[in-house]
Amino acid sequence: MAGNVAQISSLMAGKRGVIMGLANNKSIAWGIAKAARQHGAEIALTYQGDALKKRVEPLAAELGAAVVGHCDVTDASTIDAVFAEVEKLWGKIDFLVHAIAFSDKDELTGRYLDTSEANFSKSMLISCYSLTAIAQRAEKLMTDGGSILTLTYYGAEKWMPHYNVMGVAKAALEASVRYLAADLGPQRIRVNAISAGPIKTLAASGIGDFRYILKWNEYNSPMRRSVTVEDVGESAAYFLSDMSKGVTGEVHHVDAGYHVVGMKNPDAPDIVLNKE
Amino acid sequence: MSDIAERVKKIVVEHLGVEADKVVDNANFIDDLGADSLDTVELVMAFEEEFNVEIPDDAAETIVTVGDAIKFLEKNAA
Repeated sequence: MAGNVAQISSLMAGKRGVIMGLANNKSIAWGIAKAARQHGAEIALTYQGDALKKRVEPLAAELGAAVVGHCDVTDASTIDAVFAEVEKLWGKIDFLVHAIAFSDKDELTGRYLDTSEANFSKSMLISCYSLTAIAQRAEKLMTDGGSILTLTYYGAEKWMPHYNVMGVAKAALEASVRYLAADLGPQRIRVNAISAGPIKTLAASGIGDFRYILKWNEYNSPMRRSVTVEDVGESAAYFLSDMSKGVTGEVHHVDAGYHVVGMKNPDAPDIVLNKE
Repeated sequence: MSDIAERVKKIVVEHLGVEADKVVDNANFIDDLGADSLDTVELVMAFEEEFNVEIPDDAAETIVTVGDAIKFLEKNAA
């Protein structure tokens, strides 16, 4: 496949996989797709609806990736359709990336206590169950073993302001990783998650006070910086390649070390929120 | 045209892929320039990056035309 991404290694040469949840060139999925490509993998992308189609298509062209169609994880027939397309294209796959989540923006601010039943169910379905739903389809195509990778956040483990129902959904997602890892292990299909530090993506724009959270991590993480989609992409290449062939059920933090921190760095400056 | 106005218009032209002469002050991003709801979020993110400024949600909601963006940034960009 052509494309404009220069290959820097053959770590993933011969590997083929599906990446779901790419929105634009700020997406973590974009960092992962680029890294997988740079390491020699072949990629198929899905998109959700026409608004994302017009964003995914030029990125696919840049990568030299295939686009296998519309997938809305709340509609099982569209999941079946994209996996049927992938089967037609390649017959089998080696990896699958799940970069999908949703919550009503109005509930990603204020109290978790005020979460509605409808948004709780929808957030869990799209952000958590969808991993299981696509793993069911991927199992059939990973005939020679494989690697499934999802994305989570530290808000699954500890309280984070405004993360609310998404923190609960990510906790369930991390538990799903462990259960799926056990179910799929005998077939040499590995299931892992990367817990990425905060990154300013389209999805993050829905989270209240996101800039504060980003700055806080920058000032207080051991490495005194935030992470980039490229950082996550490189770690993902480890999980998607045979470099991690003995690793499954893992939640791996790519957060400049923030998850080991117990309190604010005394030298960190105060963060002033520029509120209108 | 101010430097800020010029930079705003350049971002809009590049992001939405529209003709530069359509990007006038009273052009509405959605109605006149064909932006969808994701474009409006992406444009705000692009303005924040270009001008190293924070555009809170409630302010972002009031930015519906090219002129609104220029006005906000002239007032708030360092």
